[in-house]
Amino acid sequence: MESNEVLLSVRNLVKRFPIKGGILNREISSVKAVSDVSFDIRRGETLGLVGESGCGKSTLGRSILRLIEPTSGQVFFKGKDITKIGASEMRALRRQMQIIFQDPYASLNPRMTVEQILGEPLDIHGLVKSKEERRKRITKLLDLVGLRREAISRYPHEFSGGQRQRICIARALAVEPEFIVCDEPVSALDVSIQAQIVNLMQDLQKELGLTYLFIAHDLKVVEHISNRVAVMYLGKMVELADSEELYQNPRHPYTKALLSAIPLPDPDYHKERIILRGDVPSPINPPSGCYFHPRCPKVQENCKTVWPTLSKAPSNSPEPHLGACFYMD
Amino acid sequence: MFVFLVRRIVGSIPVIFGVALVVFVLFNIVGGDPALQMVGKHATAQQIADIRREYGLDQPLFVQFFNYLKEILTFEFGRSYATRQKISDMILNGIGPSLSLAVPAFLVTTVLAVSIGLVVSYFRGKLIDRATVLLCVVGISIPSLGYILFGQYILAYKMNLFPISGFDYSWSGRIEYLVLPAIVWILLSVGYDVRFYRTALLEETSQDYVRTARAKGLSEPRIFFKHVLKNSMVPIVTNVILEIPLLILGAFLLESFFGIPGIGSITIDAIHNSDLPVIKAMATMTSLLYIFGNIMTDVVYTLVDPRVKLK
Repeated sequence: MESNEVLLSVRNLVKRFPIKGGILNREISSVKAVSDVSFDIRRGETLGLVGESGCGKSTLGRSILRLIEPTSGQVFFKGKDITKIGASEMRALRRQMQIIFQDPYASLNPRMTVEQILGEPLDIHGLVKSKEERRKRITKLLDLVGLRREAISRYPHEFSGGQRQRICIARALAVEPEFIVCDEPVSALDVSIQAQIVNLMQDLQKELGLTYLFIAHDLKVVEHISNRVAVMYLGKMVELADSEELYQNPRHPYTKALLSAIPLPDPDYHKERIILRGDVPSPINPPSGCYFHPRCPKVQENCKTVWPTLSKAPSNSPEPHLGACFYMD
Repeated sequence: MFVFLVRRIVGSIPVIFGVALVVFVLFNIVGGDPALQMVGKHATAQQIADIRREYGLDQPLFVQFFNYLKEILTFEFGRSYATRQKISDMILNGIGPSLSLAVPAFLVTTVLAVSIGLVVSYFRGKLIDRATVLLCVVGISIPSLGYILFGQYILAYKMNLFPISGFDYSWSGRIEYLVLPAIVWILLSVGYDVRFYRTALLEETSQDYVRTARAKGLSEPRIFFKHVLKNSMVPIVTNVILEIPLLILGAFLLESFFGIPGIGSITIDAIHNSDLPVIKAMATMTSLLYIFGNIMTDVVYTLVDPRVKLK
């Protein structure tokens, strides 16, 4: 399923949210939500994106789709720089790039039936010619995501959280996209439902040949679904490696600390947790040098002045293991 | 729907009872002796006794309250102390003039305010939006007397565009006399309404499903008119419906200043004359209209929002 063809590549993506103030409402500062992030996603793979709340995961995911306009940098989809194209061309391209949002309660229009929700993208992208065809496509979508056909005439509030997320997935799939940003699709759901939705997404990926950018803060879920995993800290990508390799052999001190926090369902197992000192610094005023240096257990003098770029770490995996640290042993 | 209506009306009986109790306590106990309020300072003992007897004020309080409840049920509030007219007739005569000012003015205000609200919330944050909001704030900040005096002094007296005040029951007369007060009404309320509708619309544009619509690839006008507008109907319709029953009450200041013999004028005159029976009738009617308006709003909710079910 996974090929070597690069479907999407992100280069030096930056998103700053200006903070305005003063009498003239000038920009006095900015939230550096995403700082200089670059990576590739290959056709058919799932790239997991993890990090703490507020580290810029969702902003990155939305900037890729230009739901938030990136401040600078490029996003190449099938070799074409989509940050340069006009609004109408971008709307047409949304047929191929979709997103599933975190909150299935708020992200569906309460005044539209399931038929309208799923039918609208079909209409605006001109994917169906007749009413019968439209109805057929919608029932097929409902079958695909495991909802009963009677759901077609119901409103979102008549469904449970898991069912709503299935509607959201069906909505994203309606236009037959190639690439889907999954923006914490299971975080708002009950744990027992999470597995169902994750499995559904994996089945759909196999069946339809989808490519996912899977954003989550649940490390176990990401490990389960991803081929490769990227770790973000304060708007920067600090590590990117093959999923198994990253979980077995984390190189960046932040990733190590993050992974040591995964709870294991075994009462007899005691592992050493790495406790980080202090809080995550403010993205309005990030630290100099390596953003992680004030909390890093291995900090050295040069970490405080120079930002370590993502570079190859020693590893046995065939996939390059990238990390942004001077001292990856 | 029918069952719901019956249930709501039955359910509002305790509310009406409570309101009646409050109004009764305010007028008959808290406000001092109603007989003395009506006859004034220089009345003889005989006059006071007469008025007590005429309005039943010599009877025990619970009998008086019972009589008041009967008045509400039969809509017979007795006679005005000042004019000796039957109050129910006064109300019926006042509704016509009040509505002929209120209905057109309200319709124009609502259409105008919703349209302006739509335009400015579509161009949110742009110059046209900010300028309109500023204009609304300025408009709201000018007191109503400012508008009335400007209309009467500049437009009517100096420029001679409209009669200064008065009323005529013929259709042409109504139009002639009511254009100026209607303009003042619109100027008075359009600022509030624009801000209200703008806020209602903007609140919807920040909802998550709007982002979903954008992700579907919808154009901005389609998002605005298909998704945002439909969802903002709930607060907009509520606001409009809630105001409708109150239109009967007229506009106190406007009617009074422009000499329109509507409910508003009647009420203001009653207050000037300490005409307690009339004031009490008006207070009761206002409360009943509010309760009625709320029931109406609940019904309309279910028509515009599928999440609300009549139960």
